[in-house]
Amino acid sequence: MPEMFLDGRPLSVANGTSVAAALALGADGCSRTSVSGQRRAPLCGMGTCQECRVLIDGRRRLACQTLCLDGMQVQTRP
Amino acid sequence: MNEATDLLIIGAGPAGMAAALAAASSGVHIVLLDDNPLPGGQIWRDGPQASLPSAARHLRDQLRNCANVRCHAGTRVIACAADKTLLVEDAERGWQIRYERLILCTGARELLLPFPGWTLPGVTGAGGLQALIKGGLPVRGERLVIAGSGPLLLASAATAKHQGAQVLRIAEQARFGAVAGFAGQLPRWPGKFFQSFSLFDSHYRTNTHVVEALGRERLEGVRLQQQGQTIELACDRLACGFGLIPNTQLGQALGCAVEGQALAVDAWQATTRHDHYAAGECTGFGGSELALVEGAIAGHAAVGNSAAAQQLWLRRARWQGFARALNTAFALDPRLKSLARGDTLVCRCEDVPYGELVGHENWREAKLASRCGMGACQGRVCGAALEHLFGWTPPAPRPPFSPARIETLLELEETPPS
Amino acid sequence: MSKGHVADVIIIGAGIIGAACAQALARRNVNVLVLDAGWHGATAAGMGHLLVLDDNPAELALSQYSLQRWRELAPALPDDCAWRNNGTLWLAANAEEMAVAHSKYLNLLAHGEACELIGRAALHQREPELRPGLEGGLLIKGDGILYAPAAARWMLDAPKIRQQRAHVSEIDGTRVRLDDGRWLSADAVVLANGIHATELCPELPIEPKKGHLLITDRYPATVTHTLVELGYVTSAHNASGPSVACNIQPRPTGQLFIGASRQFGTVDPQVEGWMLAKMLKRAVDYMPGLAHLHGIRAWTGFRAASPDGLPLVGQHPQRKGLWLAVGHEGLGVTTAPATADLLVAQLFDETSPLAAQPYLPQRFLGEPAHA
Repeated sequence: MPEMFLDGRPLSVANGTSVAAALALGADGCSRTSVSGQRRAPLCGMGTCQECRVLIDGRRRLACQTLCLDGMQVQTRP
Repeated sequence: MNEATDLLIIGAGPAGMAAALAAASSGVHIVLLDDNPLPGGQIWRDGPQASLPSAARHLRDQLRNCANVRCHAGTRVIACAADKTLLVEDAERGWQIRYERLILCTGARELLLPFPGWTLPGVTGAGGLQALIKGGLPVRGERLVIAGSGPLLLASAATAKHQGAQVLRIAEQARFGAVAGFAGQLPRWPGKFFQSFSLFDSHYRTNTHVVEALGRERLEGVRLQQQGQTIELACDRLACGFGLIPNTQLGQALGCAVEGQALAVDAWQATTRHDHYAAGECTGFGGSELALVEGAIAGHAAVGNSAAAQQLWLRRARWQGFARALNTAFALDPRLKSLARGDTLVCRCEDVPYGELVGHENWREAKLASRCGMGACQGRVCGAALEHLFGWTPPAPRPPFSPARIETLLELEETPPS
Repeated sequence: MSKGHVADVIIIGAGIIGAACAQALARRNVNVLVLDAGWHGATAAGMGHLLVLDDNPAELALSQYSLQRWRELAPALPDDCAWRNNGTLWLAANAEEMAVAHSKYLNLLAHGEACELIGRAALHQREPELRPGLEGGLLIKGDGILYAPAAARWMLDAPKIRQQRAHVSEIDGTRVRLDDGRWLSADAVVLANGIHATELCPELPIEPKKGHLLITDRYPATVTHTLVELGYVTSAHNASGPSVACNIQPRPTGQLFIGASRQFGTVDPQVEGWMLAKMLKRAVDYMPGLAHLHGIRAWTGFRAASPDGLPLVGQHPQRKGLWLAVGHEGLGVTTAPATADLLVAQLFDETSPLAAQPYLPQRFLGEPAHA
């Protein structure tokens, strides 16, 4: 059961959970704000659309292709 | 640290896994690379809410026992570094992999067509929703509408229901006659026939397509055109997929010819470039059974075992028949080309509306005038949509093939190839 | 109007040069037909850097006058032209380059250009992402940036200007032949099609100079000024082999353009990995934090370079009625308005706003055969 942090708040998820799923488990599911100010959430689920890009431990990564790990810091882009 | 291998396989879905296993018995050194954290591709994606078929687990276990197969998960191809050398990147570093032979098993992505409201949180691809659920997305008690085209809609619905979602409607755009005709052929492929029973859902409607996703901050409902009538359903999630598009970019960048929308291959799964093979959905959509047999043929052929490859031709032909039946039945209705309104965003990276794109001559003109396709997805979503809507040829792939850390690009040699 | 007479002036090329010429002519009430093959040349590929360069007096006069013209046009430019007056900061890595900055400063100051020498500490304050230890820099305050394809489009959007997608295969006097065999004629023809000019005028001394560019994802407020290394002046311009120089430009989107590279003797548009790496390494040398940013696209383009680095603006000395506006190398976007003014003054036989002599085609093509 990885214990991680989503935008600073602690979150505990099942083993093998993707960060994309964690966004919905711990918050409203959104990953970023678009250039015209719309909130966006993961779309393709398979690493193509880039909608789910977030900062994971300070690095820009795709939430749908990253598994949650203990101590991981995930920041969505407000 | 750069590495070298006899056989490099890009994509660890059914085709890539089968290719690796087929080639492994020859004893050559194999590297199997995938951008997902776990092997399995889309269809065999593992996760806390996935239930893998035993065939998938078996294949995975067999691969794990091959000492000569090295797997790189979470790794993307970024550029061609030199002849038969690719620059790749994972979460930590970038490096080069030199190969003697290559098998492309890059799979397919969903065709996502723009319609009003499709950018709302709560709207995903159909395969996209299935992948997200397998990865742990909670859907218990949620009301779902799944729309678009193809058997993936049923598969996605089954995964969602298994996790406690309430599937209100499965909207298939194809006409009843086409779908029934396809179903009527299914007994030719008994496995598929029985699978279709397990997936069947009483909320399935043919001749039904999405018109608009409704909601302000996030999805609240959907408007459908259902067999000639407009209906609205309140729902929490809408999953829309309009079929699959082969991922040919890497193959194209390597100089492999494309035929139709897929990488062209011969009977040995060889592309038009020597020592470069391709198998699975990047050579055309056909389902996991076809991908498995194509992968195995490619794996055998790539290590020179022609006899073993040839033995599989008949099996491949059988599944190719299935693929043909499938692609004919679920051909997209031209009505789906007029879902977007003037203010519907087509490019989700740069937020470019449909109205700014109509009237341009081609992709390049539209891109320079509107920024469409200039964002992080590199036109993978909007480029495919506009190819479908306007017939615009998407641009030839250029490095970096995916957004990449600049430090990764620094790993390229600084001297020109001689 | 005689048969095939389609406009007062036919302009070949709808890039920033052709567009500026068309706009200037249309403002004189001249009917213009702009023909473009749709190949997208340097205007689409370039950085859109508006800068004063002073390698020689003619270059300084042209770029300085033109930049002033851009500043006059700026209030009318639509938003999508992305005009910003963010200034260029020339970076000096060592004392030798700082000396170059100093003499550049004196020269520009003498010509009335607003500029400022920046010391070590001030440099770090203005651009904190630059690596520590740089000697200083020279800030040119009037420089700016632009999205050139949008600016060209805006210039061409005028009642007196018609545009046609067509490839010209031959020029004969003031007639041009299209691919489909049709001849169109006008009172004058302006050739403004960059590196493709030699296809219609093989005698032009224009060579393609390939360049690479990379653009990053959005990282707002990382960089303020366009950052260019002074080595650009001392090495890259003069090199005959492939070369790179640090050139980092913040776009209004928050993205960063990273350049620049130069290669002769190739017309292959492929992004070359080795050149990309060389170019990025140079930029990362100056700004180490770039290494962690994501590049999302890379592309190439071709500058139309003349032997002396100055454009050819004026009537072709041996082909009456054919007017040249080509050979702008990397400065086309900067010098487009000046080129247009020079050309129009010559077409109307008026006094030019700046001396036309250094840019006349006869310096390469010989004295006029027509008088």
